[in-house]
Amino acid sequence: MLTHYPTKRSVLVPTLLYAQDEVGYLNHDVIHEIAQRLDLTDLEVSNVISYYSMLTTKPRGKFNVQVCTNIACMLRGGEELLDHCKQKLGIGHKGTTPDGTFSLEEVECIGACSWAPAVQVNYEFHENLTVEKMDRILDRYKQN
Amino acid sequence: MASLVSHPDEVKVVSKRFGKGATDVDRYLELDGYKAVQKALGMQPDAIVNLVKDSGLRGRGGAGFNTGMKWSFVPKQSSKPKYILCNGDESEPGTCKDRLIFEHDPHAVIEGVVIAGIATGSHAGYIYVRGEYRYLLEIMQKAIKDAYARGFLGKNIFGSGYDFEVYWHGGAGAYEVGEESALMESLEGKRGIPRIRPPFPAVVGLWGGPTVINNAETLASVPHILLGGAEWFSKLGPPKNGGTRLFCLSGHLNRPGVYELPMGYNLKKMIYEVGGGITNGRALKAVVPGGSSCPILTAGEIDVSMDFDSMMKAGSMLGSGGLVVVDDTTCMVKFALRIMKFYQHESCGWCIPCREGTDWLKKTLTRFHAGGGVKKDIDNIQYLSENMLGRTFCPLGDAAAMPTISIVKKFRKEFEDHLEGRPCPFEKAGAAEPAEMMA
Repeated sequence: MLTHYPTKRSVLVPTLLYAQDEVGYLNHDVIHEIAQRLDLTDLEVSNVISYYSMLTTKPRGKFNVQVCTNIACMLRGGEELLDHCKQKLGIGHKGTTPDGTFSLEEVECIGACSWAPAVQVNYEFHENLTVEKMDRILDRYKQN
Repeated sequence: MASLVSHPDEVKVVSKRFGKGATDVDRYLELDGYKAVQKALGMQPDAIVNLVKDSGLRGRGGAGFNTGMKWSFVPKQSSKPKYILCNGDESEPGTCKDRLIFEHDPHAVIEGVVIAGIATGSHAGYIYVRGEYRYLLEIMQKAIKDAYARGFLGKNIFGSGYDFEVYWHGGAGAYEVGEESALMESLEGKRGIPRIRPPFPAVVGLWGGPTVINNAETLASVPHILLGGAEWFSKLGPPKNGGTRLFCLSGHLNRPGVYELPMGYNLKKMIYEVGGGITNGRALKAVVPGGSSCPILTAGEIDVSMDFDSMMKAGSMLGSGGLVVVDDTTCMVKFALRIMKFYQHESCGWCIPCREGTDWLKKTLTRFHAGGGVKKDIDNIQYLSENMLGRTFCPLGDAAAMPTISIVKKFRKEFEDHLEGRPCPFEKAGAAEPAEMMA
């Protein structure tokens, strides 16, 4: 990927997300390693991380349940879906279940407006949801 | 994957190959793929630019700037390399169309990027896909790989002697990064803070070189224009608003979905005939015509032609094609609050009027919707929004201000109904607390 750009730094954002996918979260070691490889300081890398909402420096559950509550989803029950997930999982926004299986996040528009209400679990889209469908989806992830 | 719908009024240009397996390069070739770029290789760059100008193609990301004219701003000579940058950071609330192009016709985007490159004398293009669209990034990665394998990309494309590289690039979650200068900052590995303009990207862009930034749908339209001609495309829509576009219908509609309709299609018809009218037999209250950044329209304002110029005249915008329909069970104060919550979260924080303005507006609207509002809040919300307009470093401030101003003006009574500690008239008994503030 480094050969695709005139500067090393340009790979930073996609690299951070790929690294996070592997390690689970961007801890100090990962940040330091990436910084070294790209001739940046740890601080420069941390500054970039704090801007992007998909990046996290804290451990998360195996499955990050991202519920959209922006306008199209809100109109079709997105908030009720979020409340239901909070109750079912027993956690709030940016919380993680004690067994580490699920995290929950209220997110902004994920580009599924015509199939609302919608949720992403990690990178998977789940659309045209009802509370019942959501329960089945969560149960399937739990069984994994 | 996202399901497709159809309607007899559709005119399928950019969605012509949807559902036909065109992610496979051989299938794409069968469906007239990579013919347009070969035609472009035999044309003078200026001729390509003029063709696209005359077609009336205007930016499908939301700003609606004439695409050919944007390309013409790239200087002929440049000491720094020139670039084409595809904006696939689709994040405008209500918008879900570039997603379908990436899913069903990624090669059309690639082809559009290369044609833009030939027209402007560039030899490299980047296709930036938002981070959440990982499955689409993977589709694009494969499409690029396949195109290279066939000699459609790289050195000496199609044996023409012209070199053109195309690279994918994934984001990591940021609405502001869809703003063209913030997009460049992000691609360069930085926080997505916008740049001061002038200089404009066509003159000073990626790594200082001239850069054309176009929305994915805009680029995917280009090969069709090369093959069908400027006159054909132009005549599909009203004068100076040529072509068709993907409209994303959502909200309280019976048939939500992404439909490709001619520019200039009537909004009322779109809602009732294409979208199937309002769910549960309710009445229409308001429409977000082209993504949350647009001034909203009331039920009485929908007899309007959906093209860039008519929408401007009607006091709104065609925008991103994200049509969100609101019924009469919806609280407009809550709607305004949810919109402002979005902009406050997504504000990059660089400039005071946007950073402080969206934050203050969100706090005020939150307090107001919960019953803690006083009369002067209503005027203050409008006043602050009006003073944010045009004073921020990038259009995000405008995007936060415009819907807010329109909702306060057009639904003032609903604001007044929340005064004096009265509960929200639309909230069901025992409704949940106002959504907690996002971190």
